[in-house]
Amino acid sequence: MEQPEQPAETPGETEEQPPETPAEPGSEDLRIGVFVCHCGTNIGGFVDVPSVVEYTKTLPDVVFATGNLYSCAEDGLASIRDAIKEHKLNRVIVASCTPRTHGPLFQGVCEEAGLNKYLFEFANIREQCSWVHMKEKEEATEKAKDLVRSAVAKAALLVPQEEMKVDVVPRSLVIGGGVAGLSAALSLAGQRFDVHLVEKESELGGFTRNLNSLYLGEKSAEETIKPLIDRVMSHENITVHLNSQVGDVSGFIGNFDTTIVSNGSSQEVKVGTIIIATGALEYLPDGLYGYGMYDNVVTLTEFEILCKSHKLPKVNKVAFIQCVGSRGQDKSYCSRICCVISIKNALYLTEKYAELMGDDGAERVEVGVSVPEIASRRRRRRRMAVAEGAGAPAAAPMGGPEITIFNRDVMTYGANHEVYYNEAREKRIRFVRYTPENRPKVTQEGDKLAVTYYHETLKTERKLLADMVVLATPLVAPPDAAKLSKMLKVPIGRDGFFLEAHVKLRPIDFATDGIFVCGTARGPADITESVAQGLGTASRAAIPMARGFIQAEAILAQVDPQICTGCGTCVANCPYGAIRMTEEGVAEVLAAACKGCGCCGATCPEKAITMMNYTDDQLLAQGRSILQGAL
Amino acid sequence: MEEQEYEPLIVGFLCNWCSYAGADLAGTSRIQYPPNIRVIRVMCSGMVHPNLVINALTKGADGVLMCGCHPGDCHYLEGNLIAEKRAEAIDLMLEDFGLEPERFRLEWVSASEGDKFARVVKEMTDALKQLGPSPYKT
Repeated sequence: MEQPEQPAETPGETEEQPPETPAEPGSEDLRIGVFVCHCGTNIGGFVDVPSVVEYTKTLPDVVFATGNLYSCAEDGLASIRDAIKEHKLNRVIVASCTPRTHGPLFQGVCEEAGLNKYLFEFANIREQCSWVHMKEKEEATEKAKDLVRSAVAKAALLVPQEEMKVDVVPRSLVIGGGVAGLSAALSLAGQRFDVHLVEKESELGGFTRNLNSLYLGEKSAEETIKPLIDRVMSHENITVHLNSQVGDVSGFIGNFDTTIVSNGSSQEVKVGTIIIATGALEYLPDGLYGYGMYDNVVTLTEFEILCKSHKLPKVNKVAFIQCVGSRGQDKSYCSRICCVISIKNALYLTEKYAELMGDDGAERVEVGVSVPEIASRRRRRRRMAVAEGAGAPAAAPMGGPEITIFNRDVMTYGANHEVYYNEAREKRIRFVRYTPENRPKVTQEGDKLAVTYYHETLKTERKLLADMVVLATPLVAPPDAAKLSKMLKVPIGRDGFFLEAHVKLRPIDFATDGIFVCGTARGPADITESVAQGLGTASRAAIPMARGFIQAEAILAQVDPQICTGCGTCVANCPYGAIRMTEEGVAEVLAAACKGCGCCGATCPEKAITMMNYTDDQLLAQGRSILQGAL
Repeated sequence: MEEQEYEPLIVGFLCNWCSYAGADLAGTSRIQYPPNIRVIRVMCSGMVHPNLVINALTKGADGVLMCGCHPGDCHYLEGNLIAEKRAEAIDLMLEDFGLEPERFRLEWVSASEGDKFARVVKEMTDALKQLGPSPYKT
């Protein structure tokens, strides 16, 4: 278990050479400068800073140590800058707050003074010392000394790093041709980037193609998205791949190698960024509320398809049931848009009742309706039988439909949506609450659907005889999202939707650079939101493509091909696909894709991989330094 | 064992993104904990080679605390899960080196769990006081 000491001396070249900046680690030229910050009284009040400074001066290779009242103030920064030049420092340590907030500031000062920023090291003696040991000045002072000593040990082994510039291909792959993907593609194309839009169906438009009317808009869904589709189809910068899927993706931001598979043939496309806009599906509530058993129990989307294709059977009493399969019934989440969609459809039915019921003179399909869109979406075939004569609700009074919306609570969020709710109430649409413990039941009674429910206010069981029951089911992630997630190495959450990098601050990014997500692929959203997200991803993707290059962090893995045996353990353990095997059979790190987690290095059985700036030797030296004198 | 008050020395390996930030938060929140830990910042708990842990424990540390992001929150997707698997190996190695299992601990500490970090350090310090100094120290 004994770790051999690294004999890092480079004999023969030390004496005669002038002290170059920066020096090789282990050479005689190390000139470490340490700045211990009082941070006013934040550190100085709980740690004996002068004693830490005096102690620091005794450490090997430390040629300069001083206290600063506020290191981050302009005069503090100037003193660091000046000392680097005056004392020819080639390693700099600031012992103060935390590298997470102040690291870049002090690294910047080093660069200004001509020192590579990777030769800077931090000792955290405020957040992790003075502020947490406020009643133990002696112990806190000893700990601060240990932390500074550990930083000195690491600094002695630091080597300068070059940040690599990697070109970015100004071309984007948009996966999914729904409103989100269309918006993203158009925006990028408008910015003069090439776009490859991949759609697995034979038409663009996505889920919106199923829809009939839209809320917050006079036009139908079709009229609304047609211009978007037309512009995409005719745009010179957009290549549309219909009936296509992404077969394979490798590479990293700026240089993704993708394969687009269309009708059995495949095409290689190199892109700089990727936008996921794969959308969602409607949950099919098999077995719930008589769905699949009774013909006139349909989902919201099926209801819209029936309206759109003028195939809605004659109905008078219609019951909508909200939260079917969501919010704990099967899926845990709230699909958020179904309340307003049910209200939209209830209002639509109320307003267009005469037209929909064929009283406007238009021809009506009466029997054995088979709507191709529905049929294709469902596993079994449904017959919307409104039998001729056979007890169909033909004699429904044409005064208007009677609509009841069974709900747990109506969530018409936002100012505009609440207007719909108020309008629905004014138009006498009934809202009846149910609780998850007491859900309505749907059974057949003659030619009607009997909805039995418990009236929470009247505290009695009641029955509604309806001609049609419409189930509001959630949007669910398509099953192929998991496959795409693996292919792109981006996460999906518990419910199968893609998971953003940060729920608040980076809602359309992934932790993996260069890949973005928009629309219902990341969770239930309406058209407005999907379009906004689509435009958002276009803007995010445009940043590296417009700049033309990315600057890769120098905290990277490095493989020593002399030691590597090509076992491939690192390849399997890299979460980013940033290591590949060369033709010579050794591992190779793709610098632009490497994020510097170091999992490969710690897994390599041959220790052939070094994590720059966090080498095992550096970490070991820190550990030893902390434990100095402990045995 | 002699009833001599000794202060255990703990080496901490904290991932930069969650746990180191959590330890910082303990500071900004002024949550007090025993001054027995010395933290080494690493990018990911998954980069900590078992040798680093064993080396610390055989060179004078009374305990080693490794902290990473909660499963599912890893900045590097799944580095913490790699660390978790590795911790199992470390547990086995402890036995070979004649070290008690209490001397190594893996904890998930998020950037918002300053209180948890402080609690873990306190618990571990107390446990190590109970256990006595590292057998390598005699």
